[in-house]
Amino acid sequence: MKQFDYVRPATVTEAVAAAAQPGAVYLAAGTNLLDLMKGGVSRPDRLVDVTHLDGLDQIETLADGSLRIGALVSNADLAHDPGFATSYPAVAEALLSGASAQLRNAATVGGNLLQRTRCAYFYDTASRCNKREAGTGCDARDGENRGHAVLGWSESCIATHPSDFCVPLVALDAVVEIEGRNGRREIALDELHRLPGNTPERESALEPGDLIVALRLPPAARGFSAHARYLKVRERTSYAFAVVSAAAALRIENGKIAEARLALGGVAAKPWRARAAEDVLRGVAPTADAFQEAAWRALADAKPSGDNAFKIELARRIVVRALTLAAAGTPARVPALPASPFASTSGAIHA
Amino acid sequence: MPELNLTSAPAHLRHGSNIGQPLTRRDGVLKVKGQATYAADNHPPGMLFAVTAVSGISRGRVASLDVVAAKRHPGVVDVMTPDHKPPLAVDPEIKTNPFVFRMEVLQSDEIRYANQPIAVVIAETLEAATEGAALLAPRYEVQPALVGLDAGESFVPPVVGVGNPTELHRGDVEAGLASAEKQIDAIYQTPPQYHNAMEPHAIVASWDGDRLQIDMPTQGLMLSLARIAELFGIAHDKIHIRSPFLGGGFGSKGLMAGPQTLGIMAAKLVGRPVKLVLRREQMYGPVGHRAPTRQRLRIGADGEGRLTALDHHARTVSSTFDDFYEPAADASHTLYAAPAIRTSHDAVRVNTGTPLFMRAPGEATGSIALESAIDEMAWACGMDPLAFRLKNYAEVEPISGKPFSSKALRACYEQGAARFGWAKRSLQPRQMRDDAGFLVGWGVGTATFPALMFQAQARAAIRRDGSGVMEIGAHDMGQGAWTALAQIAADAVGLDIDRVEFKAGTSDLPDAGIAGGSAHTATAGAAIHSAGAAVIAKLADLATNDERSPLFGAGNAGVIARDGRLVRRDDESRSESYAEILARAGVAEVEAGGTGAPNPAAMEEYAMHAHGAVFAEVKVDPELGQVRVTRMVGAFAAGRIVNPHLVKSQLFGGMIWGLSFALHEEAITDRRSGRIMNANLGEYHIPVNADVPPLDVITVDEHDPHVNALGIKGVGEIGITGSAGAVANAVWHATGVRVRRFPIRIEELLTQS
Ligand SMILES: Cc1cc2nc3c(=O)[nH]c(=O)nc-3n(C[C@H](O)[C@H](O)[C@H](O)COP(=O)(O)OP(=O)(O)OC[C@H]3O[C@@H](n4cnc5c(N)ncnc54)[C@H](O)[C@@H]3O)c2cc1C
Ligand code: SF4
Repeated sequence: MKQFDYVRPATVTEAVAAAAQPGAVYLAAGTNLLDLMKGGVSRPDRLVDVTHLDGLDQIETLADGSLRIGALVSNADLAHDPGFATSYPAVAEALLSGASAQLRNAATVGGNLLQRTRCAYFYDTASRCNKREAGTGCDARDGENRGHAVLGWSESCIATHPSDFCVPLVALDAVVEIEGRNGRREIALDELHRLPGNTPERESALEPGDLIVALRLPPAARGFSAHARYLKVRERTSYAFAVVSAAAALRIENGKIAEARLALGGVAAKPWRARAAEDVLRGVAPTADAFQEAAWRALADAKPSGDNAFKIELARRIVVRALTLAAAGTPARVPALPASPFASTSGAIHA
Repeated sequence: MPELNLTSAPAHLRHGSNIGQPLTRRDGVLKVKGQATYAADNHPPGMLFAVTAVSGISRGRVASLDVVAAKRHPGVVDVMTPDHKPPLAVDPEIKTNPFVFRMEVLQSDEIRYANQPIAVVIAETLEAATEGAALLAPRYEVQPALVGLDAGESFVPPVVGVGNPTELHRGDVEAGLASAEKQIDAIYQTPPQYHNAMEPHAIVASWDGDRLQIDMPTQGLMLSLARIAELFGIAHDKIHIRSPFLGGGFGSKGLMAGPQTLGIMAAKLVGRPVKLVLRREQMYGPVGHRAPTRQRLRIGADGEGRLTALDHHARTVSSTFDDFYEPAADASHTLYAAPAIRTSHDAVRVNTGTPLFMRAPGEATGSIALESAIDEMAWACGMDPLAFRLKNYAEVEPISGKPFSSKALRACYEQGAARFGWAKRSLQPRQMRDDAGFLVGWGVGTATFPALMFQAQARAAIRRDGSGVMEIGAHDMGQGAWTALAQIAADAVGLDIDRVEFKAGTSDLPDAGIAGGSAHTATAGAAIHSAGAAVIAKLADLATNDERSPLFGAGNAGVIARDGRLVRRDDESRSESYAEILARAGVAEVEAGGTGAPNPAAMEEYAMHAHGAVFAEVKVDPELGQVRVTRMVGAFAAGRIVNPHLVKSQLFGGMIWGLSFALHEEAITDRRSGRIMNANLGEYHIPVNADVPPLDVITVDEHDPHVNALGIKGVGEIGITGSAGAVANAVWHATGVRVRRFPIRIEELLTQS
């Protein structure tokens, strides 16, 4: 492996200073970063290990009713936190549908948000990739791309963001708290990931040294707990990235949808909030027709980037199903096969 | 390596004879405790680490390597390249026989496939060697790669598989098709697949002058030894290979692989022991794979659902530099009683590592196509697919007309169908739903695999203390040879299993042949059986010729070996212990050899195959197309079952592999570069626990007096066959959509909703 410096700062301020140097990156659990380093995809000069920083592993309810989740909370701890799944069931379901139990035990909230695309050409250093090496070209564009983006892509890059966790988060207006060289700021999660445009190498709104310290779910996010689901179609029952996924959350009052939230995963370089679909659902009864209409709106701008036209039709169907499941009500417990179409199968074997 | 102490395992069940008992693995405790020493666990003093640099392109040549940069990296000891390597005694391009495959051992700068080794960096640490390999930063002269089943002009190879005829026919296929009332003409495609044994190909090699010590997983100790001896020009007795455990092989560890040879060369170059272990992605190239196929099946049937003709053609690929052809169409030789059968193959050459045997080579690929096509024909005839199979049940082997040495397939169908509840199946597809609204489908597939025998030797001894020894260079790939062969050994010498020292897994033991073709238990078992009989005969000679023995004069009546005693056959009150016989004779031990080999006369007379019937239930989401297998029942008839426990594990594994074949497994090849784009276990999908339903295996009694002395047929590969087709047929039955490209993908099931 390439020789690199390893630093373990004692404070957030020191961490930011250390990571602001060229060639430095943060290391959380490393379940993504270390794989990339072993494959020669990332070749950092310096790892800034944040796992020992104090105070970043808390889950706390703030005075205004928002939930603040430290960046170092593990995916598993968050999903299994008492009360979390009750208040934010779609988020818990998404977390538990990701990766494997071992990976979830290690992976952190911050790392999950910033995990890199699974585009095979990005991982394969023998291929050309604009994201890995700006301006070299995109071998996925005419390659094996049935898993690639159908929304928001550009000729420079057709990759998707693979996180499950981010999908319900973006639907619920999650906010990211960032500590940077100029102090603390916060942005909507929806603004964290960038669409590729002509600069797919710039993946997020973060600047050098920026450290995600926490994630916040606003008070309104709890309001959907009675009708919130995450649905993920994948090529095996567990331990696979989404082909397409959707998070659907509804606030139903007097038999009508007072407010709807919808986001798609596996379709774009960012978790894809479908606001136009949400708009058509406001104030209508939760019917199959309404959900169909929402699905059409959600995918109105979709176009295939390769052998992946099926993902558009699949995404529509997933939207309809996710909304249908959400309308039917959140199950009392996270299903044994979280987010699976087979979640409701009786006697399901645990994923 | 610590001495194997297999018998210290917790007491295992045993009643009566050893063969047939469901003993748990005798090496299980070692494995669970991490004490089983696999090749890469060895660390001789002074050992260095070698890492291969592999090609990023699949055709062309290496124009330059930055050896200087690699050597400058701290810890790097040397860099082996085509210009700087120890000489070999023979050209690795020369094929001395069809089982010697060409390998890339830096003989030139030519690149024939992606992930081909192009240099080896040797360093004090794994990290330094890895970075040294990255620093080589190869530059290439690239030529356009040959990729896919239409890459070039097709040709008819001289043989397919292991010397099988490329084309075979019986009867007039065209006439049979022309006269048929119903016809099926369909094309099925199977993808390239990689063995992906859990344990990567590894080697630890140490030279001491011209002596060579090797730790390396192999399914063929003596084949590997012979190849090493040839390549390095040293005598067989200068080489010692240890391979006590394999973390799976599935055919990819049958023959000496190029990277393992590079490990030996590296050790020679630096004059120190060297360890070389392939990384997962490096296994997608130089260590074999299952070639893709495109198969056309044309089937005719008369008005009553009787086959009139079966024509099975398979297109496959081989590498640009060597020959192995997946014998997919051969699957149609044995199962269905068509009066006219033709099988044929052709191929194109592509830039790939040479394909090789992979668990059920030919049978797996051919079976899923054949079982799908048979199912399509059953539907065309309006018949239940099981009834259709029974109607076309082959009483003699269709392609040869020979009787079967044994064939309990009818019982497999019956017992499997009963356990599964097949009778309740709807004839029409897309009729069955569960309470949650999922489409439910039931499918059946017939399993078949030849009962093969290779050559093996064993050596048995009875010691002064009455204990036994059985020596055979057999291979435990995880299938349980340490246990099953020891059971046979114990019965062969008439002792309790714990009284027999069973030695296996090293090259200084008698040649056990190759652990492949589902023939290892049968072949090694036959050698053990015969060695045991021979040593008991010597012991009996000592006793029956000695007038002081109670067995004196029993020569004609004969004796039986049982529980450490020889017992007179016609008078069980007269017996003597082994220890007593040897003590009186004043010999430390008696020793004898035995062999296992095919019986040409029996093979001439009989067709020999194991059979089975697999039933699968799938559920399919009607709108989203995601599939889940929810039940599988497999009934198999495979001759004598040496250890029901291990046999079930083998069959479970095969059935899961079949499920994988139908729904998951595929190496995704970039159509331009020929590179495998999912060369890792995250993205090369195999079933995870949540994909595997409760499996039910029935072993159907079958007594076969012809296959070998013990009546053993193999169980290692048959589980895949039938299973893949059963799952595919169940998907059709659930959805009404016949998918002919495997693995079945979500998009193909979205067409209808
Ligand atoms: C085989 C496999 C299967 C997987 N399947 C799924 C799946 O189905 N669904 C899914 O959603 N995910 C999946 N994952 C991805 C997994 O969720 C991520 O690897 C994990 O969440 C990353 O977290 P980490 O703490 O290990 O991050 P690391 O690997 O340590 O870091 C990832 C990136 O985030 C940066 N980073 C980390 N923390 C911070 C921070 N606080 N501030 C700023 N930057 C930071 C790092 O610099 C790095 O660039 C899978 C991963 C693997 C290996
Ligand atoms: S799609 Fe994006 S990540 Fe993939 S190869 Fe193209 S530029 Fe790279």
